[in-house]
Amino acid sequence: MVDTDFRIKDCALIAIATGEKAQNLRELRDILKNTHQGCLYYHFWGGLLRPKFDDPEYQNDFAVWASSNLHDAKISEQLSIIDPDIYDNIEDLRREIIEIIEQHLYENEHVPWVKAGQEFQFIRSQIVTFDTGVTISDPEGFSDIIFKMSLGSIYYHFIDARRRNPSNKCDFNIWLQGFGNKYMNLSEALDKIDPYFSTLHELREEIGLTFTNCIKGGI
Amino acid sequence: MEKLLEQYAKVVGNEVIDHLRQLSYPLKGIKVLHINSTKEGGGVAEILNRLIPLKRELGIDAEWEIITGEKDFYQCTKKMHNALQGNRDDIPASLLTTYENTNLRNFERLRTKLEEADVVFIHDPQPAPLLHFAKERRGKWVWRCHIDVSHPYRPVWKYLREYLGDYDASIWSLSSFVQPLSHTLYLIPPSIDPLSEKNIELTEKEISGYFESWGISRESPILTQVSRFDRFKDPIGVIQSYRMVKKYTPVQLVLAGGGASDDPEGQQVLEEVKAFAGNDPDVHILELPPDAHRAINALQRGSDIIIQKSLKEGFGLTVTEGLWKGKPVIAGDAGGIKLQVVDHYCGFRVSTPEGAAMRIRYLLKRPDIIQKMGQNARQFVLENFLITRHLREYLTLIVAVLIGSEEKIELRLPQNF
Repeated sequence: MVDTDFRIKDCALIAIATGEKAQNLRELRDILKNTHQGCLYYHFWGGLLRPKFDDPEYQNDFAVWASSNLHDAKISEQLSIIDPDIYDNIEDLRREIIEIIEQHLYENEHVPWVKAGQEFQFIRSQIVTFDTGVTISDPEGFSDIIFKMSLGSIYYHFIDARRRNPSNKCDFNIWLQGFGNKYMNLSEALDKIDPYFSTLHELREEIGLTFTNCIKGGI
Repeated sequence: MEKLLEQYAKVVGNEVIDHLRQLSYPLKGIKVLHINSTKEGGGVAEILNRLIPLKRELGIDAEWEIITGEKDFYQCTKKMHNALQGNRDDIPASLLTTYENTNLRNFERLRTKLEEADVVFIHDPQPAPLLHFAKERRGKWVWRCHIDVSHPYRPVWKYLREYLGDYDASIWSLSSFVQPLSHTLYLIPPSIDPLSEKNIELTEKEISGYFESWGISRESPILTQVSRFDRFKDPIGVIQSYRMVKKYTPVQLVLAGGGASDDPEGQQVLEEVKAFAGNDPDVHILELPPDAHRAINALQRGSDIIIQKSLKEGFGLTVTEGLWKGKPVIAGDAGGIKLQVVDHYCGFRVSTPEGAAMRIRYLLKRPDIIQKMGQNARQFVLENFLITRHLREYLTLIVAVLIGSEEKIELRLPQNF
């Protein structure tokens, strides 16, 4: 028999400065080659668990820095479009960023510098996860629970899950697969939620509404 | 009496408090000791005053001790504080000897507690050498730096660094403040306490009462900057901005700060500000005592726009306090303000008096934007800069230093938690 229990977990993240700083794109590329994998995770995904409301169109810190500090619209746009979820592992993601920066450096003789204090600061994180003790066995009772879930739980199951699960699926989707085709529409609707252009509060609302609408609409 | 955590739950929601309870579960009963150099005055004491009871309520055996010294010790640590923030001033060897001896004396007094604690947090440079004497320590030691050390005066930093190398970790307010050290460099921004006198909700009657006592009418819009009279806070620039705005629309300016203090430069700047303001009846300079928390609270709540036109700033708590009161903040684009004020979302970051004037005029013309930004501002602080977030990060850090250094740490809680 398939285990259909969903155990709600929670997490807390703490940021760690690596001490590495880049003042221009060349330095950024050079540090990226060797920096801790956790930095890539933090600068792409970790943003959702910390204060960040400006430049919502740029969904990673490298693109934000290129736009706000380097004032280089072209590289900023190229970096911003990187979707970290499509890479099988973090090393592939690292190679892609470096490739984009190298191409840009090749095409542009002038390498802009930022003023002291505006350097890109590399940060990684540690994440502490724990089981909340709440278990759900039926997707139909889930919609009410989601609206009360902590933002840490939303982050853990909807964002962090993508680097743990095959095909970058969120935990809700993996769970729904255990019910066969019964919740296929709900699963597809969850798949369509873009996690990168909203705050965790907004994301919680969106996931909750998706559950509610699909369940009420007969799945 | 209602427990503290229950009081905070009313502000931040039960889910946030439940999260803290779960995170702290494995830490129940551990001994955590915080050490700084003052029980009152200053942001560190303010935050510890509330963090310690909260940790205790979560079952952690948290204590707070202070180190004490003579006049020369404080003279040395004041010089050190300034030098770490960039002031090129050497510290005489005799003062450094006093600094070391004072720490040794304090170590002997606090020895048992320091050696028995599971985690010791040492705040700022004053007690930093305590670790050097604690040879029999059993716990983890973490140095918490509350100041901007991004451009320290090197000889003083080099001296202090000798005492910091053996710590298990350090905590910094912003990544740009960090100096490289061989241990893990955690980042935890400061926070404000929504239940403190400075931030608690006030009635309209109380707010009006304060304004009446100051002789300030609320008929025309009020711009307010709360800060020490310090050149880095650019009070003259604020008056210049106000004058540029005044040509177009009626407005008043309140500059509120500490009264005549023992800081000779503060007094001098205050005199310069008064002279520059002249006899303008719409410029109000309020000299408030350092403990006038409720008055400052009322002033911020009764204002239309909060200004913090700092030229250099660590983490401006008055900025976050203003945002928490639902006010847009126009602030200098410096230091931690970059993290605190999200440009065009809860206020504006500016670089010149002209920039500040332009934003003030825009907001005064658009009360709808004032209202919208004010709502954003309060929500932004609620989600990011309250003491509950600060506490969560402390708990996460304690778990990390005690339980594991790996990137992902999985806690096991009892099933019936």
